Amino acid sequence: MLVDLYTYLGLSAMLFTIGVAGVLTRRNVIVIFMCIELMLNSVNLTLAAFSSYLGDQTGQLLVFFVMAVAAAEAAVGLAIVISLFRNRQTVNIDEINILKW
Amino acid sequence: MPYQLIGLAVFLPLVGFLINGLVGRAILARSPGHKSEVLVGIIGSATVGISFIIACMMFFALLGSPAEDRSHTVEYFKWISAGSFHVSVAYQIDQLSILMMLIVTGVGFLIHIYSIGYMHGDKGFWRFFAYLNLFIFAMLNLIMADNFLLLFLGWEGVGLCSYLLIGFWYDRKFEKGTTGDAAKKAFIVNRIGDFGFLIGMFLIFEMFGTLTFNDVFAQASTLSVGNKTVMWMTLALFLGATGKSAQIPLFVWLPDAMAGPTPVSALIHAATMVTAGIYMVARCSVLFALAPTTMIVVAIVGAATALLAATIGLVQNDIKKVLAYSTVSQLGYMFLALGVGAFTAGIFHVMTHAFFKALLFLGSGSVIHAMHEEQDIRKMGGLKKYMPVTYWTFFIAMFAIAGIFPLSGFFSKDEILWKAFAGGNYILWGVGLVGAGLTAFYMSRLTTLTFEGSERFSLKGDHAVHPHESPKFMTVPLIILCVLSVVGGFVGVPYSLGGNNAIEHWLDPVFERANEKLLLASPHGGPIEYVLMIVSVGVALAGIWLARKWYLQSKEVPERLAANNPGTYNLLLNKYKIDEAYDAAVVTPVLKTSDAFLWRIFDVKIVDGIVNGIPKVIGMFSGVARKVQTGVAQSYVFVFLIGVVAIVGWLITR
Repeated sequence: MLVDLYTYLGLSAMLFTIGVAGVLTRRNVIVIFMCIELMLNSVNLTLAAFSSYLGDQTGQLLVFFVMAVAAAEAAVGLAIVISLFRNRQTVNIDEINILKW
Repeated sequence: MPYQLIGLAVFLPLVGFLINGLVGRAILARSPGHKSEVLVGIIGSATVGISFIIACMMFFALLGSPAEDRSHTVEYFKWISAGSFHVSVAYQIDQLSILMMLIVTGVGFLIHIYSIGYMHGDKGFWRFFAYLNLFIFAMLNLIMADNFLLLFLGWEGVGLCSYLLIGFWYDRKFEKGTTGDAAKKAFIVNRIGDFGFLIGMFLIFEMFGTLTFNDVFAQASTLSVGNKTVMWMTLALFLGATGKSAQIPLFVWLPDAMAGPTPVSALIHAATMVTAGIYMVARCSVLFALAPTTMIVVAIVGAATALLAATIGLVQNDIKKVLAYSTVSQLGYMFLALGVGAFTAGIFHVMTHAFFKALLFLGSGSVIHAMHEEQDIRKMGGLKKYMPVTYWTFFIAMFAIAGIFPLSGFFSKDEILWKAFAGGNYILWGVGLVGAGLTAFYMSRLTTLTFEGSERFSLKGDHAVHPHESPKFMTVPLIILCVLSVVGGFVGVPYSLGGNNAIEHWLDPVFERANEKLLLASPHGGPIEYVLMIVSVGVALAGIWLARKWYLQSKEVPERLAANNPGTYNLLLNKYKIDEAYDAAVVTPVLKTSDAFLWRIFDVKIVDGIVNGIPKVIGMFSGVARKVQTGVAQSYVFVFLIGVVAIVGWLITR
């Protein structure tokens, strides 16, 4: 059964919305972090779907870039989270405000 | 004769000021003691002494030139040049300025020498000489200037030095406050006069377009008598003169100026600076001659001041206070002379007064020195045998100031009274005569109470005072000034006494233009002049005799007089309560307004209100705007999301 493009796009939109909602509402840094990953991957899904639909490899190529960036971001982000936790014993963003004036 | 040297004469005291001001302290600190003090003192005195020598050379050069070739202007450089306004640093050497210069540097030199002895051991020794030299520099600029602005520079300079020297002993008490209060009073009262001087100067520039003496006076001599602008101009200038020369209504600072060391009182507040106003009026004689109203004002103010100050002097008990009021009174005579058009007589009295008043002040300094800083004449007496030189010089100076023939004061004072009489101003003459009698009385009282009778201080015990004659540094200037006080008057022996009135001839060219305007009837000599002389000498002798009799033999008479007329006595003792009146009329209102309005309302409410209000308003707005920047990243993302949705929605529905 051939799944049509709209299904992919619908799934992707749902995943993205879940990611945005998570970023906006959650207070746990790790969860927010995961939600950002979710948004990135929903975009990846869109890219892959369009690539297949249009028969163009560029979209898939771009996915690798996004994945590389996401991986780097995950490494740096988690490192920051760990050092934050060591200093402040919390991962709640409401309590992490040392850079706020 | 290289008249260019005048610049050297003027600037040498400045060099002395710089040397003593910059390294004087180091000299004294390196090897404290009499020798270093003498070195500092010699530096200070020598600069003035050399100026005096230069002045003498120029004086003789002028003397050797024909009368029409006795005015020279030496220009050094352009000082200010803006549009049509040009002022140069230029000095004018003529009969009047060279005479003043001789007085200032000559008497100044003697007082410098005297100060070496008087200021011995003072911690501010070097500072004192630096200030004195700065004063001489400023004073020379004042009298040698060839334009009003340079004169004003000197005028302010001497005011500054006066301030610095009155407050020289800034840590000492003086009357109700400190010497600093007296210094401030002098400075502030002088500011009022300076305001007048400035207005006068503005009017001169407005009218003549220049501030150079020669140009102004040349133009002025073409004007007709009674010009209204000239009247206001001269009245404003005269206000300046009343400030500097301590006349009604601005004389109140001079008695307080006695807070300074005594040589300062002698140099600045008796011999030189306070005569600056007289010099200025004499210099502007053409302008004053054009304004008969101003002349009358000058004469009346002078006569009134002479009388008022003389009456106050009658009952004062501070040796320097008596001399201070005497100075005010004598300055009044000088203005009386100027006011009746006797410019020469005024300047002549400046000269003789410089001699005997400097002598009197230095003598009083010698007494104060001997009495360990005691200034109350009620606690003196009998000093004659302890300090003969001081006594005899003081005694002679007393006769000179009283105007006893043939001492210097006689010739100058008599000239003034005679000119007043000859000009038909009989009331002014009468006031002057009464003042002369009072002068003789209070000077005799002062001399008697200080030097004669029995000692009214303890010679033994804890508070013992051991009066002694002062050192040579002090007595030699006293003797020189004493000689000058005796012979100084001979330069102005009137025709009626077989003289040729040399000083009048000398100064005549300076006042020629003014005399043309005044059209004074040349005073006829004749018997009346002799009668007046005999009357004035008689009055003076009577005053001296009366005071000696009262204060030596029948001491109960003045006491009874004081007891019977407590109102009058207290009025005089409290100087007519003029200080209190000024306090009530000017000082207190100014302080009250400053406190209640300027400070509490204008400064706190308005100035601070504006200053604090601006940030407050900004703060209010930013307080609102700040809310946007929560620092919570999620809310930014939320706004960002709304933006994205809006843009995407717009793109779709387009």
